[in-house]
Amino acid sequence: MKYIDEFNDPQLARRLLDEIRATATRPWALMEVCGGQTHSIIRHGIDQLLPEQVELIHGPGCPVCVTPLEVIDKALEIAARPGVIFCSFGDMLRVPGTDRDLFRVKGEGGDVRVVYSPLDALELARRNPDREVVFFAIGFETTAPANAMAVHQARRLGLSNFSLLVSHVRVPPAVEAIMTAPECRVQGFLAAGHVCSVMGMAEYPELAERFRVPMVVTGFEPLDILEGIRRAVRQLERGEHRVENAYPRAVREEGNPAAVRMIEEVFEVTDRSWRGIGRIPASGWRLTDAFRAYDAEHRFDVSGIRTEEPAECRAGEVLQGLIKPTECAAFGTTCTPRTPLGATMVSSEGACAAYYLYRRMNALAPQAGGTAPQEVTPVA
Amino acid sequence: MCLAVPGKVVAIDDSAEPLTGLIDFGGVQKKACLEYVSDVKVGEYVIVHVGFALQRLDEESALASLKLFEELGLLEEEFGDAWEQAAREAGGTAAAEPENSGSEAR
Ligand code: SF4
Repeated sequence: MKYIDEFNDPQLARRLLDEIRATATRPWALMEVCGGQTHSIIRHGIDQLLPEQVELIHGPGCPVCVTPLEVIDKALEIAARPGVIFCSFGDMLRVPGTDRDLFRVKGEGGDVRVVYSPLDALELARRNPDREVVFFAIGFETTAPANAMAVHQARRLGLSNFSLLVSHVRVPPAVEAIMTAPECRVQGFLAAGHVCSVMGMAEYPELAERFRVPMVVTGFEPLDILEGIRRAVRQLERGEHRVENAYPRAVREEGNPAAVRMIEEVFEVTDRSWRGIGRIPASGWRLTDAFRAYDAEHRFDVSGIRTEEPAECRAGEVLQGLIKPTECAAFGTTCTPRTPLGATMVSSEGACAAYYLYRRMNALAPQAGGTAPQEVTPVA
Repeated sequence: MCLAVPGKVVAIDDSAEPLTGLIDFGGVQKKACLEYVSDVKVGEYVIVHVGFALQRLDEESALASLKLFEELGLLEEEFGDAWEQAAREAGGTAAAEPENSGSEAR
């Protein structure tokens, strides 16, 4: 129980762990969907505090990690153009494209700006009428209401120099893709709490029923995660597969209807490619025809981009929970946060980066068999 | 970026479109869009993601989360200077000038 004292309520954490230990009689594999949860799990060593019957598999819920290389290359191409102000969230800066990243583009003279909110990008467009302002609209359902509002406002204000490079993804089709993969070992899900704050829980009962998996809506603080695991294991032991809300303080059954209405006004469902995973039907959003004028891919000719993924990067398998980052030969050697080969080594929500930051010492030490238990080594 | 941070609504600008408020995240104050929680009142807590309040939160859990986020340095990650962070990751080769790094809304 090393490091358990770091929890905000160590006693409660201990009690939850004891309960999980007492409940789990057989091996179970649970997937946490949200990258924020992965980060929290590795940072606090939750996976190592758990009894060995309970395995956590890391899911694809990091928007930075799953943004396809092709879209990154389009972003780099647009950002390098004269007259363009390219706006992005800070964690996209070091995501590698085929031969550079946004940080490099800025160093080479591109006008790349970091914004906290898409509305900041909109404000830049208002203040710079002679420039084209492009916002890199990535993210899951949590970010979509913000990006939807930004284009909605652009139209209301009559701004013609604002556009979005859209790469939005949706969780439920990803869950479906994971469950239908032949190698799938996932028996239960910790569903992403903040996604459900927006979308509510209506999309999940059908998935839980069809794949016979418990789905527990979970927050991403350490105690939230332990509680989510406790409930998922309890269901599995009882042979149940229901949707449960373990994060009621932030998630209502119906989500946020005003936000969903805005998403539906501006976006429509489309197929999307996920970096390292490939195309997943109906797994994304794009702007509807009514808002097509605000689509950066229409405004700028970025067709004809040729992408090349580094062959040694196994991020796709990491994102589907098929391997742990430490099983990738490049991990910690040719691939580090300083020299990332894949996006999962860049974003703080990426599994490779989380393993690198919090487990570096042990993961790099020679180990027998690759899955030997590792000590948690917080470096921060 | 995935982080949704709880904060306290300290002011609301009813004339703004979309509805905008000033949110206090344990000392750091930022503007956020309140359109999706439009009946929120000053003094209440909300969860904010990329500048948008997405749901209300009770005070007790909001304060607990904020304290934890601060201890873990997550607030710095969310609101700190991304260019500095990127430069550090790139190995200190400051290819980018930090001067126009931030959002205009800082
Ligand atoms: S360690 Fe690096 S190369 Fe290996 S899967 Fe992760 S990002 Fe890709």
